[in-house]
Amino acid sequence: MYLADFLQLLVYGVISGSILALGAIGVSLIFGILRFAHFAHGDLMTVGAFCALAAVTGLGLPVIAAIPFAILGAVVVAVGIDQTIYRRLRRTAPVILLISSFGMAMALRAVIQIIWGTQDRVYQSGIQLPYRIGDIVLQPAHVWILAGTALLVAAVHLFLQKTSLGKAMRAMSDNMDLARVTGINAERVIIWTWVMGAGLAAVAGVFLAMDTRLHPTMGWHMMLPIFAAAILGGIGKPYGAILGGLIIGVAQELSTLWLSPAYKPAVAFAIMVFMLIVRPQGLLGGRR
Amino acid sequence: MEAYLVFFLTLAGIYAVLALALNLQWGLTGLFNFGISGFFAVGAYTAAILTTNPSPNHLGGFGLPFLVGAGAAMVAAGILAFAIGLVTIRLRTDYLAIATIGIAEIVRLVFMNEAWIGYGVRGIPGIPRPFSPDPVVFLGVVAVLLLLVFLALERLRRSPWGRVLRAIRENETASLAAGKNVLRFRLEAFVLGSMFMGLAGSLYAHFVGFISPEAFDPLYGTFLIWVMLIAGGSGNNKGALLGAFAIWVVWSGSEFLTGMLPPGLSTQASAVRILLIGLLLQVILLWRPEGLLKEERPALEKTRKK
Repeated sequence: MYLADFLQLLVYGVISGSILALGAIGVSLIFGILRFAHFAHGDLMTVGAFCALAAVTGLGLPVIAAIPFAILGAVVVAVGIDQTIYRRLRRTAPVILLISSFGMAMALRAVIQIIWGTQDRVYQSGIQLPYRIGDIVLQPAHVWILAGTALLVAAVHLFLQKTSLGKAMRAMSDNMDLARVTGINAERVIIWTWVMGAGLAAVAGVFLAMDTRLHPTMGWHMMLPIFAAAILGGIGKPYGAILGGLIIGVAQELSTLWLSPAYKPAVAFAIMVFMLIVRPQGLLGGRR
Repeated sequence: MEAYLVFFLTLAGIYAVLALALNLQWGLTGLFNFGISGFFAVGAYTAAILTTNPSPNHLGGFGLPFLVGAGAAMVAAGILAFAIGLVTIRLRTDYLAIATIGIAEIVRLVFMNEAWIGYGVRGIPGIPRPFSPDPVVFLGVVAVLLLLVFLALERLRRSPWGRVLRAIRENETASLAAGKNVLRFRLEAFVLGSMFMGLAGSLYAHFVGFISPEAFDPLYGTFLIWVMLIAGGSGNNKGALLGAFAIWVVWSGSEFLTGMLPPGLSTQASAVRILLIGLLLQVILLWRPEGLLKEERPALEKTRKK
């Protein structure tokens, strides 16, 4: 193994880890606050990616300028589903939310397939000249992904630390009962959790499509590594989710030195199972 | 038409075995399993490898009888369930849901990439049907096994063991306080349910005669079985049977309808069907969460009235 190959894989790992992190923040907070594993999160990523495609093809925008449309689309879908379906199930039988979200994942994917079909798509065709830094090759899309993720993580950090809404979100995620007795408006925090989770998922979806391609199943296939990242970092811990995403992303890429790349999901799964055995509360001590 | 009816009923019977198995896990015990297709695939491959004639392309075949293959399929699926249950059964059931999805995906990846097991994507052909190649005979085999599974699960449901499972589902802490080994009961229910899923996989392999990893898309099958159980009534074995047949009629009927669309829209048609079933699931969850048949409560209420 050469050092250059290793470094190159490390860079790819950080890139795919960034995408995982953006998805895992939402999964972790929703799991922490609403107490269920949201299986339709990957499909919110797909919704975001395809909304951006609509803006790129319909309005002729460059893909980065189409990101607000992606966020808007995914947020409207997520809040709409929460208010029409999840909200009612929350009150009666929370555990049913898991089944409902699984069904919702299938339905969202079906809608995308009906509108856009099942063929692979890209935002823009043609070869883009990569940047070279020493022996490491970096596509322009990768630079956008890294910069965009850094920006969003900083924004999430400021939001969680400085705004009262962000503090309420962390409080509810840490201890729902304690948060409620301090007079936090739970429904309002829940809606904003969906806004944030779906918005980040939409950007993750666009980034994923920039890195690879668009397909109705693209988001669903990210579910396993995203759950692994959220569990690794600790459920309900947004910073843990970021850390978990980066670790899973890097581990998946480095595993290709020894394993067939087809087994990347198995690597994420193995890390998750190992974590569930030795430390189910995750690295940052989240909820079980 | 008659051939289609036999085909329809055989698959409905296999789905019914799966719905009954899921009822043991989710309906009675409250355990999520989103990886039904994984246990199903392990069962199908085990049966295929054991009962086909020797082939240089894949592991085996060993030319063993049908029942040996079916038994081994149950054992193989059970071992897989035991391994994953051991890790996740002590945690919230959400983790089991996530882990089973992972297992199903990894099972599919293994069968796709490890060509020495099942010849990769080219699959295993020539899986014989027991007794006779006549599909009507095989329908009889499926019907007999379905009846056996139903009777066994119905007996288990009424047994003290089944009562403990429901007690754990309703109130884990109280069951623990009553001195029940909650983790052990859960693990038993999960493993037994998965073994029946393995059995269903072996039936499928013998029925179709050819299996490849593409037959085990982790999603559609798993999703359909969940809808069947929820629609029929979770916790009720008769409900699981009814739901399996009812949803299979809806599913096949919708194929009939979308089949009339122009051929260019055929990929869209399957998506339309999934969307309809997905919406049906939400409607049931919101307005009739108990399903068609309510769970039969044990004799408690009757004794109270006396």
